Amino acid sequence: MTSGEVLLEVHDLVQEFVLRDFGGTKGGVLQAVAGVSLELHVGETLGIVGETGSGKSTLARSVIQAPPPKRGQVIFQGQDLVKLSGRALKSARRNLQMVFQDPFTSLDPRWTVTRLVEEPLVAYAEGDRQERRTRVSELLDLVGLDPERHGGRHPHELSGGQCQRVAVARALALNPKLILCDEPVSSLDVLVQAQVLNLFEKLREELGLSYLFIAHDLALVRQVSDRVAVMYLGKLCEVGPVQSLFAEPLHPYTFALLNSIPSPDPTVGRRDTASVISGELPSPLDPPSGCRFRTRCPRAEGRCAAEVPELRELTNGRFVACHFPLPAREAVAADGKAPDPVVAVAPAPLWPAEPNGAG
Amino acid sequence: MASATAAGDAAPPDVRLGPSPLLEVSDLRVTFHSRAGNVYAVQGISFSIEPGQTLAIIGESGSGKTVSAQAMMAILPRTAHVTGSIRFNGEEMVGRSERELRDYRGRCVAMVFQNPERSLNPTMRVGSQIAEAITTHLPLDRKQAHERAIELLRMVRIPAPERRFYEYPHQLSGGMRQRVVIAIALACGPAVLIADEATTALDVTTQAQIMDLLLDLQEETGTALLMISHDLGLAASYAEDVIVMYAGKVVERAPTKELFAGVRMPYTQALLDAIPRIDTQPHVLLPVIGGRPPDLSVIPAGCPFAPRCPEVQQDCRDQAPPLKQHEPERWWACWHPYRKGAGQ
Repeated sequence: MTSGEVLLEVHDLVQEFVLRDFGGTKGGVLQAVAGVSLELHVGETLGIVGETGSGKSTLARSVIQAPPPKRGQVIFQGQDLVKLSGRALKSARRNLQMVFQDPFTSLDPRWTVTRLVEEPLVAYAEGDRQERRTRVSELLDLVGLDPERHGGRHPHELSGGQCQRVAVARALALNPKLILCDEPVSSLDVLVQAQVLNLFEKLREELGLSYLFIAHDLALVRQVSDRVAVMYLGKLCEVGPVQSLFAEPLHPYTFALLNSIPSPDPTVGRRDTASVISGELPSPLDPPSGCRFRTRCPRAEGRCAAEVPELRELTNGRFVACHFPLPAREAVAADGKAPDPVVAVAPAPLWPAEPNGAG
Repeated sequence: MASATAAGDAAPPDVRLGPSPLLEVSDLRVTFHSRAGNVYAVQGISFSIEPGQTLAIIGESGSGKTVSAQAMMAILPRTAHVTGSIRFNGEEMVGRSERELRDYRGRCVAMVFQNPERSLNPTMRVGSQIAEAITTHLPLDRKQAHERAIELLRMVRIPAPERRFYEYPHQLSGGMRQRVVIAIALACGPAVLIADEATTALDVTTQAQIMDLLLDLQEETGTALLMISHDLGLAASYAEDVIVMYAGKVVERAPTKELFAGVRMPYTQALLDAIPRIDTQPHVLLPVIGGRPPDLSVIPAGCPFAPRCPEVQQDCRDQAPPLKQHEPERWWACWHPYRKGAGQ
């Protein structure tokens, strides 16, 4: 599965946006990504989950240097992309491609499918016209489109799933090592979504690709990822192997997220309303002191407001940024509800009935 | 609950306690006429909703679920041709004049739309938008409407409703905006609330909050809730009954628990299989069916799902199976359904 070799290393990445008031005066600084460090190994799929505004897309964009981050390092194949510019950056980015959420807006509506898929080859001056056309046919075949039938079409003549396949073909054109997928299937119907997900799986196996897979849908992330990172308000809450993280979430936020997913199995029933987290994401312009989740966390205490919890390794490969992580198995057992072996995330009341210190 | 009684006092819903069902749709057909040809968006659907019931209509984009909802709200564009019948408390609503329908919308049937950004006026204070919905339908003056609007904001659990009344939509988060849209829909105490993908644009945590709110409000006010969604998981968690639509037709209807315990129609099974589940292993391929939903500009002779169906046989291609009640409370339209316990 993973060869253990590190492909992408992100160190303490910070991305800020300056908000401007009328007249261009500085209105405030929004720290969209506030010090994120993570590693991605060769052949691995790292899933990133989080709510809207948690900074997952900004993280991906900072990795491809569009725009470059404010601080931190992005080491891809041994090179720090932040330090590169111009031609050196262009050649380093060749192995790093991105697939965006909305296939209709990420493709030029006036271009044909062939021209769209050929563009990256032209940009990197790959081969002559004839060779490029051959490569385009190969790529379209690879993603399950017929070069004869679909090659001459424009994006509006294709369905959403077909457009997303074109976007994937574009990303694959230069034989990249890593593909950043920013919500690649969330605009598609379930049946089409399953087809595109299977395509990603097939390509991973055939081409040995690595993915950074961003999604808000946890079940989907579980389906494709080896490891998962949970983001909240620009920081990582928890990182861990997908199965143990889903079976035993350590961070209260991860637990709350898992508990919010409607399951396609009515026997699970309507979840305990008390375990659905209340409130909303605080303003990223003025994030809470200490732990950023403390305003919505039922386990929050005084220490959470004073001290920023660092991401630390609790057990093998399980990292968590929380002063009071959930005690996984014991708490469930103490409640008299043994975790279901298959759906270990079944909503068991892990939280105290009286939340203390929760805002 | 105090707010509920106050709401009930201020807006006596003009609903006579007639015989059930509350809303009855029978053989509803919607056709869009255009120069390029006709599009048969809804091809004869029938169902009914009882007071207090939660019913979910599930389907992919283009299956006709939103068009059906718009027909029930009588808000289809002029290019749409509606036949069949939609009866509210026994009264026929298809073919009514615009003036009569204005009273029907909002008071009898109200709707919550998918995108709260687009359903609110960005230049109006949210309180005024709620008050507008109240004064349009109920004989209340401005001051009373203001009080009722604050009452509604409290009902949808918006903190500090007196202050929020004067805010604009851009000052609220997505979840708060959807709460305002729900408040507007509930302004006149509708008997049926249609939620068309009401939580699709929201995050999972907010989605859970909004769904819990909708179900609580349903308990308080006794309205029937018609959820329209593409998400089978959402329907499984919150609805009592599920209707599955495909290519403008109802293909299966059952109580939620029974449906998920044993699917009959192969399309429903395909939908269910395609959902990534929280309990599956990573990197396992999802079982998918090929093909695409049929073109709605022609009515096929056979079952619309036949070209993609794994169980297809010759009779499926020759004749379309009608939606029939095969078991108590279970309907399906299929010549070769999965048997009890099989198919999963």
